[in-house]
Amino acid sequence: MAERTAVLGVGQTKYQTTRGDVSLPGLVREAAYRALEDAELGWDDIDAVVVGKAPDFFEGVMQPELFLAEALGAVGKPLLRVHTAGSVGGSTAVVAASLVQAGIHRRVLTLGFEKQSESNATWALSLPQPFSVSINAGAGGYFSPIIRQYMARTNAPELIGCMVAFKDRQHALRNPYAHLQQKDLTFDQVVESPMLWEPIRFSETCPSSDGACALVLGDEAAGDASTKPVAWIHGAALRSEANNFPGRDEVNPQASRDCADDVFAQAGITNRRAEIDAVEIYVPFSWYEPMWLESLGFCEIGDGWKLVEEGATHLDGGDLPVNCSGGVLSSNPIGASGMIRFAEAALQVRGMAGDHQVDGARKAFGHAYGGGAQYYAMWIVGADKPTS
Amino acid sequence: MSADPSIPPTALSGEVSLPEKLADVEPVRSVRTPIRLDYDFIPGSASSGYLNAFADRKILGQRSPVDGAVFVPPRGVDPRHGAATPDYVELPDTGHVGGFCVTRLPIPGRDDLEIPYVSAWIHLDGADIGFLGLVAGIDTSEVRMGMRVRAVWKPDDELGRTAENILHWEPTGEPDIPVTAAGTNAWHAKQAAAGEQG
Repeated sequence: MAERTAVLGVGQTKYQTTRGDVSLPGLVREAAYRALEDAELGWDDIDAVVVGKAPDFFEGVMQPELFLAEALGAVGKPLLRVHTAGSVGGSTAVVAASLVQAGIHRRVLTLGFEKQSESNATWALSLPQPFSVSINAGAGGYFSPIIRQYMARTNAPELIGCMVAFKDRQHALRNPYAHLQQKDLTFDQVVESPMLWEPIRFSETCPSSDGACALVLGDEAAGDASTKPVAWIHGAALRSEANNFPGRDEVNPQASRDCADDVFAQAGITNRRAEIDAVEIYVPFSWYEPMWLESLGFCEIGDGWKLVEEGATHLDGGDLPVNCSGGVLSSNPIGASGMIRFAEAALQVRGMAGDHQVDGARKAFGHAYGGGAQYYAMWIVGADKPTS
Repeated sequence: MSADPSIPPTALSGEVSLPEKLADVEPVRSVRTPIRLDYDFIPGSASSGYLNAFADRKILGQRSPVDGAVFVPPRGVDPRHGAATPDYVELPDTGHVGGFCVTRLPIPGRDDLEIPYVSAWIHLDGADIGFLGLVAGIDTSEVRMGMRVRAVWKPDDELGRTAENILHWEPTGEPDIPVTAAGTNAWHAKQAAAGEQG
């Protein structure tokens, strides 16, 4: 049986367009320091460090984990880097958890980061390739046809995406770490925002953020020893698939469905919508909220948009609050974005989510996806220790 | 949690003392140093075959030995089965639009593209995956999933060993294929039809 594993501490930086006051090492140290402070532990208590970020060519620094080792207190300790594109923050947390679950380490510091102000992610994702024409404009250009396919399949009302974007920006106002703080934003402004990658409006896309997010994970003894509430890991899973093959379901990829089935089975959850109290899913473009709700089995295929329309995913009054933190649509330090979802799920079950807390949350779901919707990382955390 | 997350932890903000002569100098927070890296691309055998054929206005795919699925551009392997795909197939320069994006922002290195432009997954007749292409010769609001298109090539004297030989894809005017059989749905439609036949 795997060692029971808990999230002992969470550390985040304030997400913003430019953190000009700190270098890359300064940025990651701030998140790591806060995670240790939250866990009431010191650098010496950490046995290993697991780092994730989006591809190196975003900032143009090759293998940055090596020069960040000192800032992360990792000198002389095992240091592991994880690479799974945009899902990396989630995958990194899962890899870090596996080191504790396997009994290899007692306490692991894990961290994801991105300093988008020192890079240009959209154009890094538009690199010319010799065997293709150079016309794809970043992630939006890639995901737009998939969103169009979802809209065609479901006949969802045209403004569902705008509803998601408006909801997440409202949620962000209740999270002091969230990048976008658009107090005066109206729904009409979201709708009237210009199309960038039709059918994706500017208002329906994520911002570019600087930021880092860190977690301290510990074994059962460390979890028991904590004076604060901890988040127990009830399930953690990874899946991937190729990004182009005959008959690939790009809207609802098999890797996504398989990963969800695995993680819910590990957690012993049979009614996903009823048993999960808070959901943090990776939604960089608004339409991905209903798309993932379906793929993750929180509703029937074709019904995801109805949950949005009914307000089921809103923190106020919804039975399945989604992205109470404001989500990727409100903060996107890419390499950290997946870990933020995992961290926010942990904060919810620890009762430490502040103004965006879901009352009485006992189980929460964290999710990340990356590449051409081909890499998946998911975990379920609970306020109670898992029974198995 | 600290009260204001935008204030870094005091434990991390060390004292910095400057020599007196620098006291009034504005601190440098960042420096922009553009760098470039040019790659010499050495294609493998599948890409070589593909790019060489392009210079002769031919589009080559490769056929999976497992179930006959045709991949374009060919990468030498069927990623579903990990099977090598040594056999080339010559494909026509006609097909349909699988999915598409109407892009309204410029991209670097393509100053020639008028905004908005349509990037699309082109599914060639006889191929079982799509590849990227520019759709032109039609108002962007008229582009549809399932719309039939044909390639518009560069003049013969401008052809090179590159996918850029195809300037864009234009509508053929033929009836659309149904959305349920277009793009990534095409493979399933084809399998279902084959099943019915026998």
